[in-house]
Amino acid sequence: MSRMQNAVIASVKTALGWVPAQWLPGGTPDPLIGRSAAIGRQDNRLDGPAKVGGLARFSAEVPLQRLSYAALVYSSIVRGRITRLDTAAAEATPGVILVMTHRNMPRIGLVPLIGVTDLSAVGNSSLPILQDATIRYNGQVVAAVVAETQEQADHAASLIEIDYAAEPGKTRFEEAKTDARTPASILIEKNHVSVGNAERELAAAAHRVDNVYRTPGQNHNAIELHAVTVAWDGDSLVVHDTIQMVASSAKALAKLFGLKKDKVRVLSPFVGGGFGGKGLWDHQVVAVAAAKLAGRPLRLVLSREGVYRIVGGRSPSEQRVALGADADGRFTAIVHTGYSIMPPHGACPEQYSLCTRALYRSKSFEILQRHLDLDIVPNTYMRAPGEAIGTFAVECAVDELAHEMGIDPIELRRRNEPDRHPIHGSPFSQRALIQAYEQGAARFGWVRRQAEPGTLRDGEWRIGLGCASGSFPYARMPGANVRLTLRSDGSATIASSAQEMGMGTATVQVQHAADRLGLPVEAIGFELGDSALPAGPMAGGSSQTVSLAAAIMAASEKLTAELLRLAGNDSPLAGLRAGDVRLLDGGIGAIEDPSRHESYRSILARAARDEIVVDAAGSAPLEMLKFAMHSSSAIFCEVRVSDVTGEIRVERMLGSFDCGTILNPKTAASQFRGGMIMGLGLALTEETLFDERSGRIMNATLADYHIPVHLDVPEIEVMWTGIADPRSPLGARGIGEIGITGVGAAIANAVFNATGKRVRELPITLDKLL
Amino acid sequence: MAIRINGQEVAAPQDARVSLLDLLREQLHLTGTKVGCNQGACGACTVLVDGARVLSCLTLAAQADGRSVTTIEGLGSAEAPHPLQSAFIAHDGFQCGYCTPGQICAAAAMLREIAAGVPSYVTADLTAPALPTRDEIRERMSGNLCRCGAHNGIVDAILRVAEEQAA
Repeated sequence: MSRMQNAVIASVKTALGWVPAQWLPGGTPDPLIGRSAAIGRQDNRLDGPAKVGGLARFSAEVPLQRLSYAALVYSSIVRGRITRLDTAAAEATPGVILVMTHRNMPRIGLVPLIGVTDLSAVGNSSLPILQDATIRYNGQVVAAVVAETQEQADHAASLIEIDYAAEPGKTRFEEAKTDARTPASILIEKNHVSVGNAERELAAAAHRVDNVYRTPGQNHNAIELHAVTVAWDGDSLVVHDTIQMVASSAKALAKLFGLKKDKVRVLSPFVGGGFGGKGLWDHQVVAVAAAKLAGRPLRLVLSREGVYRIVGGRSPSEQRVALGADADGRFTAIVHTGYSIMPPHGACPEQYSLCTRALYRSKSFEILQRHLDLDIVPNTYMRAPGEAIGTFAVECAVDELAHEMGIDPIELRRRNEPDRHPIHGSPFSQRALIQAYEQGAARFGWVRRQAEPGTLRDGEWRIGLGCASGSFPYARMPGANVRLTLRSDGSATIASSAQEMGMGTATVQVQHAADRLGLPVEAIGFELGDSALPAGPMAGGSSQTVSLAAAIMAASEKLTAELLRLAGNDSPLAGLRAGDVRLLDGGIGAIEDPSRHESYRSILARAARDEIVVDAAGSAPLEMLKFAMHSSSAIFCEVRVSDVTGEIRVERMLGSFDCGTILNPKTAASQFRGGMIMGLGLALTEETLFDERSGRIMNATLADYHIPVHLDVPEIEVMWTGIADPRSPLGARGIGEIGITGVGAAIANAVFNATGKRVRELPITLDKLL
Repeated sequence: MAIRINGQEVAAPQDARVSLLDLLREQLHLTGTKVGCNQGACGACTVLVDGARVLSCLTLAAQADGRSVTTIEGLGSAEAPHPLQSAFIAHDGFQCGYCTPGQICAAAAMLREIAAGVPSYVTADLTAPALPTRDEIRERMSGNLCRCGAHNGIVDAILRVAEEQAA
């Protein structure tokens, strides 16, 4: 994330700006757009029977002979040194195999931090793991106990005595502002954007709002705990993990423990919820090292408290958003600046300003993020990092400006809808946000909304309607590989190390492959979650589906060439080139002459081949640099707020999405709803309570950190434009994270419409309304 | 004495600290029962003890001595799935699938609670029979957390089964 990186990306973007679109990936729309059969069907999840039967085996459920169990001990101070560490009582406890501390932990290097350049760098923290007596944050792992049973390990861990010499630590958000750092870039975007003179335009604007919005820390809280089952065999290592980055995690562990890449195998066929939290953290490293020392296979399941202690969540933020508009409501100034935490030993900026760059046109912009350095567990990406809380600030501000001007907030957005990327000037690949608003508003009954807050009532309940835009950038990961095996019986298997954590990865890619290869879905298998398979992309940035799709596209092109070669001169296809044919009806046929067709079975039989195997990687994702590509949404919500108690109930929510082709309406609707429900939690209940005095998270349980429960969740309607993106594989864009964006603001705006009270600090709890 | 688990007699564990959850998962490898918090806050470990829903993480295995335990593996099978299992698939009542066995076990017992006339926080008329309405189901299933956000599908699936049972 450097100035050099800014320069490189800027020059690539400039160069690509001159390259004709048809030379780039996505230059010619994917031929499957508009020609699909299995794609777009509401297929049930392929892994459904295993999941509802309790037969899907997660990482803590792999049975191994001579398995041992580990428990961790966490520091109770922020900074300082361990001065006394007494493990004797623990070691003397029945069943204990060993206690591992910094004294006997094997010496290893630092975990390479996740970044945009090195795909094997997937660490969330570059702090040393059990390498010295230094404490660097409250909750750091200080010891691991390995025992015959979990009960023995847990008990022994409670017997370890530690004295610390504490030193002052940095734990206060406000105080850290004096040393705030200004990074050169935020992911692949230049951090500081200054177009025109936004402060001057703001001062001169006919209408303006200028406010500060605060969002708290949040934790992913996947229901499955972080867990590994580890087994060494000589210098080979097998790690059963629950992780969103199978291939790169295997590479990182190999590097860390000095093993050859092919000696480390990470298996993760199911991930029990990820949301950004299931990455490479300290516990995998500790488990691998402890299993080595113990000479036994080992299982480490973090306690729920343990997940809070050593797995970071979403950073808190303080954001200033100011909007200036002329008399007609056209934006003359957009200012979005703020602070979030990102210690130097962390890797993940909370990119709350990225949405602001793409949502509206404006005469001037001033955008800048500053990072605070605190002594805490490093924050990481959590569903729609940045956009989830950035849209809260910006979309509340738009609502506030609309109220100030006395116009409908949808109309204000319409007046500021950009026709190209407002900062880069690049064309949108496809964007129909206004259409999403129109369709959503009609379906939701937006006309019921009264401009004057507090107008609608039902007994003690005030009723309010609100809306907001959501936005999330399209991403396709480089280095996505698949292996395509086509067999003589007309079946095919796609294999990639990719991840399944509820998105329906296999289900949707099987639908895709069916159409791509011209086979029924029943003839196609999909293998994933194993680093021994060709390296897939990570599950992050809402990018896995298109990343895999591009790799399958590339594989089908290779397969086509191989089939034509094998078909030879005795085939009805003789003389045809790759560009003349397509895969359909269980074989390969001429595009111009449907009578010229030969089945896979026939070609393979004549060639005396049992199977054809091709490995392929997706093309470089240059389309995302040439075009402005974003999923976007219009979120509508209706709340009721009690006059008596301040209680807030979300009565209805509707999400109207513009995300390209929807590949499976059933699984896609679940992704959209799931994001919106996490947005409901973000708006109303979720907050990681960080005690700035002790530097400790105080609500490290699911009883005290409130995620939405069934009674909190209303029926949620989702709809979409379904307009294909001509620049992406299958015409699809990401759908996993867009759902949460905009929801915080839509609910806050509805609460304002109900009560006339503007709450700019999340979560909107009832005490803020009384 | 012994614990009857999915119809099989199992001896209670030697170590008195072993929870019913850990007996199922670590000793019997019945890993369909999940662990999300180990402190009774998430519902992922829900099993049926003598037909009633119980959080197996807060139940010592010894407490189940002499009782009959049904886990997700005993509720239905791949060949003969429980109606709730089929309905969860049809209504996409899960994504990652981790809270799912607990949701299904809880739902099976919950429908029996409604049928037995047990009221809930949202039951408007305590003198009338409770009905498996959407609100009743939402309230009564609130002890089972889902982070993927499959709530709508879960409630739809349970409603469908309740309707089928009523028919």
